[in-house]
Amino acid sequence: MTLPLFFFYVFSVITVASALMVIAARNPVHSVLFLILAFVNSAGLFMLAGAEFLALILIVVYVGAVAVLFLFVTMMLDVDFASLRQGMLQYAPVGVVVGVILLLELLLVGGSFVLPTGVEATAMVPIEQGVQNTKAIGQLLYTRYVFLFQGAAGILLVAMIGAIVLTLRHKSNVKRQDVFRQTGRKRSEGVELVKVKSGQGL
Amino acid sequence: MNELLSNYLPILIFVGLAAVIGLALMIAPFVIAYKKPDPEKVSAFEAGFDAFDDARMKFDVRFYLVSILFIVFDLEVALLFPWAVAFREVGWFGFWSVMIFLGVLTIGFIYEWKKGALEWD
Amino acid sequence: MDFVVSALDYLLGIPIFGWGTQVGFIYKGLLLLVALLIFTAYILLADRKIWAAVQVRRGPNVVGPFGLLQSFADLLKFVFKEPVIPASSDKVLFLLAPLVTSILALSAYAVIPFDKGWALADINIGVLYIFAISSLGVYGVIIGGWSSNSKYAFLGALRSAAQMVSYEVSIGLVIITVLLVAGSLNLTDIVTAQQSGGIAHMLGVPWLSILNWYWLPLFPMFVVFYISALAETNRPPFDLPEGESELVAGYMVEYSSTPYLLFMLGEYIAIILMCSMTTILFLGGWASPLDIAPFNWIPGVVWFGLKLCLVFFMFAMAKAMVPRYRYDQLMRIGWKVFLPISLAMVVIVAFVLQLTGWGWHGGAV
Repeated sequence: MTLPLFFFYVFSVITVASALMVIAARNPVHSVLFLILAFVNSAGLFMLAGAEFLALILIVVYVGAVAVLFLFVTMMLDVDFASLRQGMLQYAPVGVVVGVILLLELLLVGGSFVLPTGVEATAMVPIEQGVQNTKAIGQLLYTRYVFLFQGAAGILLVAMIGAIVLTLRHKSNVKRQDVFRQTGRKRSEGVELVKVKSGQGL
Repeated sequence: MNELLSNYLPILIFVGLAAVIGLALMIAPFVIAYKKPDPEKVSAFEAGFDAFDDARMKFDVRFYLVSILFIVFDLEVALLFPWAVAFREVGWFGFWSVMIFLGVLTIGFIYEWKKGALEWD
Repeated sequence: MDFVVSALDYLLGIPIFGWGTQVGFIYKGLLLLVALLIFTAYILLADRKIWAAVQVRRGPNVVGPFGLLQSFADLLKFVFKEPVIPASSDKVLFLLAPLVTSILALSAYAVIPFDKGWALADINIGVLYIFAISSLGVYGVIIGGWSSNSKYAFLGALRSAAQMVSYEVSIGLVIITVLLVAGSLNLTDIVTAQQSGGIAHMLGVPWLSILNWYWLPLFPMFVVFYISALAETNRPPFDLPEGESELVAGYMVEYSSTPYLLFMLGEYIAIILMCSMTTILFLGGWASPLDIAPFNWIPGVVWFGLKLCLVFFMFAMAKAMVPRYRYDQLMRIGWKVFLPISLAMVVIVAFVLQLTGWGWHGGAV
């Protein structure tokens, strides 16, 4: 057993175990934390496959951003854990049926999967030694896959607008600070010199 | 073992060492320090009285909006990393393709600015 | 057992059966960790001393000459204090949070090049690694705040998470501009790119290498990075998560003894990390500011340390001088000022570089 193989087993065992714990943990916050553990270990697996850029992007995007959102959402849930556990058995049959169907489908796909002949010869060709994989991605992403790249921009735009439309609620009775108005205010707007006659007041 | 992985092994070792030091510091007071917990000491801090209810309350949906916007911009930054590295190779074509990408996202940014999504209240 | 032998070889540096090409990372790692922790102890002392000096106080001056042993006395005191775990907390996560914070903060140093070839792991994508590690820093805070089951801690954690997340975007964009100029994600390459070309070369005074560094051409980004780094590490004036006047101590309110120490340690180590990143990205890393006789005899690691201390001095002065921000102002600066500025700078820098055909860029590949 070589060192990479050893780490492959470590990472994959932890990934699978923590993925199991995601659905087994009672507390949803624990589930999200196990999900994070699964993400980190799959980043390790990516690394073992030589995809260093993807591995770190997985951590930056999924662990550093998406899982933070998940944590926020689960922390927001005001759930009663006892009542959550009661429903577990009730839904078990449905869950089992869905799981079995998925498993069968996976077996079907996996069983009927055949590599076309001659693919082994070309499999190793695109990986050019000496070009770092960040650079290799950069050379393709913005030129050959330009439309997919712009598509990603479109998806991000839709996500942004969707999030705002769904969640933005303005409170009406809140005083807001408008810095430009505040600093752009002139002396004449705020101060007035008034001649006051003595004994009369304003 | 290939060169790429051997570059990363020191990191793993280093993280392991850091974990050992952290754990040692963490465990030390549990072993040597004086311990005498009482109900007042182990109750949550709340200005002198007993805590009213569970601290894990519902909070403003705005935090959720911030983190979604963060995901969008973080992805944008993540997609720019390879461009910055391959900047010379992809030339003007790559430059304009990234500019269109940034332009589309700037539209979204202007939209959220106008909608007041960036205002905190 | 091929594997065991190579692992032993690797870890202990004992070349068994003649395999001894890469040895002793465990020694190097330990050395780095110890040096880092001692350095952190003095940075902490410096922080307190500078703060005191600005307020015309003396600061810690009892333990050892000029208080030089203060941090070590504090360490001992922390270890002998009673660790209190709140009864209503989630006990495992409560103890996990400070561990996560400190381990993550420490692990980033594995890729920092303190001198030419001094990085423990000189990986291809060092910048991305550090970016990833610092984006994970938010977890220690959230987990700590949530597991304490205290209102102050929870609110502090929420605020802190939103704040760190907001400023990370502009940090990312600043890093992109530096990468555009340097053309590599490797930290060593970024430093050498600052030596091999730049404004000093363009002006015909190549010995004046202080002008070569990216702080000058990318000055707006330097400022944005400095301020975002303050916010990312929850330093004053952006220390709202632990603002004592509102939230007592924020997410750390329930912590005592070494769990608290680990939070504190993680925070300061993250601050030093941000200082090192500023040094590497903008201040030429280990390079000497003047490339002439007496200066370039001094070893690079000394220059690195000096620059790091200079950046930290700016951090400490900001803490001593600037009043704390209000939360809405903090978010406004992050999203409405820094994000547009850094986005615009990415476009401008890329356009100029593309237009001038890398004229003033010396050139990492």
